[in-house]
Amino acid sequence: MLRSLWIAKTGMESQQTNIDVISHNLANVSTNGFKRSRPVFEDLIYQTLRQPGAQATQQSQIPSGLQLGTGARPVATERIHIQGNVQQTGNPLDLAINGNGFFQIRQTDGTLAYTRDGSFQVNSEGTVVTANGDVLQPQITIPSDAVSVTIAKDGTVTVLQAGNTTSTQGPIQLSNFINPAGLQSAGDNLYLETVASGTPNTSNPGINGLGNVNQGFVETSNVNVVEELINMITAQRAYEINSKAIQASDQMLQRLVQL
Amino acid sequence: MDRLLYIAMNGAKHSLLQQAVTTQNLANVSTNAYKAQSSAFRALPVYGAGAPTRTFVVDSTPGADLSSGVIRTTGRPLDVAVQGRGWIAVQDAKGGEAYTRNGSLQIAADGTLVTSNGLTVVGDGGPISVPTDSELTIGKDGSVSVVSNNQFNAITTIGRIKLTNPADTDMVRGDDGLFRQRNGQPAAADAGVNLASSALEASNVSAVDALISLIDQSRFFDMQIKLMQKADENANRAAQVMSLTA
Repeated sequence: MLRSLWIAKTGMESQQTNIDVISHNLANVSTNGFKRSRPVFEDLIYQTLRQPGAQATQQSQIPSGLQLGTGARPVATERIHIQGNVQQTGNPLDLAINGNGFFQIRQTDGTLAYTRDGSFQVNSEGTVVTANGDVLQPQITIPSDAVSVTIAKDGTVTVLQAGNTTSTQGPIQLSNFINPAGLQSAGDNLYLETVASGTPNTSNPGINGLGNVNQGFVETSNVNVVEELINMITAQRAYEINSKAIQASDQMLQRLVQL
Repeated sequence: MDRLLYIAMNGAKHSLLQQAVTTQNLANVSTNAYKAQSSAFRALPVYGAGAPTRTFVVDSTPGADLSSGVIRTTGRPLDVAVQGRGWIAVQDAKGGEAYTRNGSLQIAADGTLVTSNGLTVVGDGGPISVPTDSELTIGKDGSVSVVSNNQFNAITTIGRIKLTNPADTDMVRGDDGLFRQRNGQPAAADAGVNLASSALEASNVSAVDALISLIDQSRFFDMQIKLMQKADENANRAAQVMSLTA
């Protein structure tokens, strides 16, 4: 019926997506290694009802045409991979990556997933796992008689065992991608490789552009609460304004049927 | 039939078209670097037999409001905003050159610098290819430099984003929302255009202006409806006067 009704609808839908993404970010303000997302909007195609520059007569051209846009849509939710705060915990299996890179995690189906959440634990067999129980790759196993575990900046794991003997394991390797924003979010703080992210470049921490591993620290969420709240205010008002446009169109239609 | 009715109908019809433009602007209040579409009514006199008493009103979109939107910092190194005048050159779907001010850039899987909707950014020597394992910085003049393998004492410049600055009157918006030169030719690179990195330009739609236009257009529409009612009343009275059974 009225174009403006449908255009305002696309505007409201976009703002709804905006609020969805903001809520997701705010909900994950305490999630270790969480990277916030940002919705990206673009204007939809334009309909040219009257072509600018077309001949009006043989001697004259139409100076300005009539182009009507058809609204807005969310085109992407872009993950912002800037580093979060690094928080000291003192826990020997808490690892934070200072710089680029992801820990490699083996999922239950055997494929690799990637994470920035370095709050690791050991399972009953002494294997280093995530909080969800997925195994860190390359696999590190802490012997049962371990006295202390030291993880160096380059990922080398040194275990001091009873009787003052030491053994080394690892190193823990990191992977990086040419386009980390293209990774697929799998939930559980994990990301999966996609065609858009490119293939992983895996090597020891500290070389090939990868960051260092810091023991006793975790990377906190990179959500900035102030920024999210400001975004929420603008999104809410934009939603309201678009609903006003629908109201105005509705009132005009109402006048029309009263004829 | 009374000609008044058709003039009022035309006014109502075109005020709806103009409202579509206002709503389009409102819908894009959160679109990065969106340029508000302007609209204007044109008078279209009707010539014919007798005195030229009638003038239709026709909606037109004479262009876009090319003023800058608010620049906000994002902290993401791949975000750039054009400071003041100027455009970022991208390759459109047909391979031609088009212009945008939306600098929310990304790196594609093959390392090419692209916009958030996947259009390749035009560099001074073709597309810009970012090597793996590198930290990227976009300079004020659009030059893209990288530090590879954490070697911070060795910075390589891998290209420069093509920035142009054609006159506002030469820029027209295509149906895909990108701007191009009116003559269809690619614009020359301009060294005077500055970029702000880690920042994005917001939409330049003023919600206040748009809401006021919305009210204005609604009232204009109401007025046309009133005229139609008057035309109807007139016809009704005429029919009563000329009725044979009165």
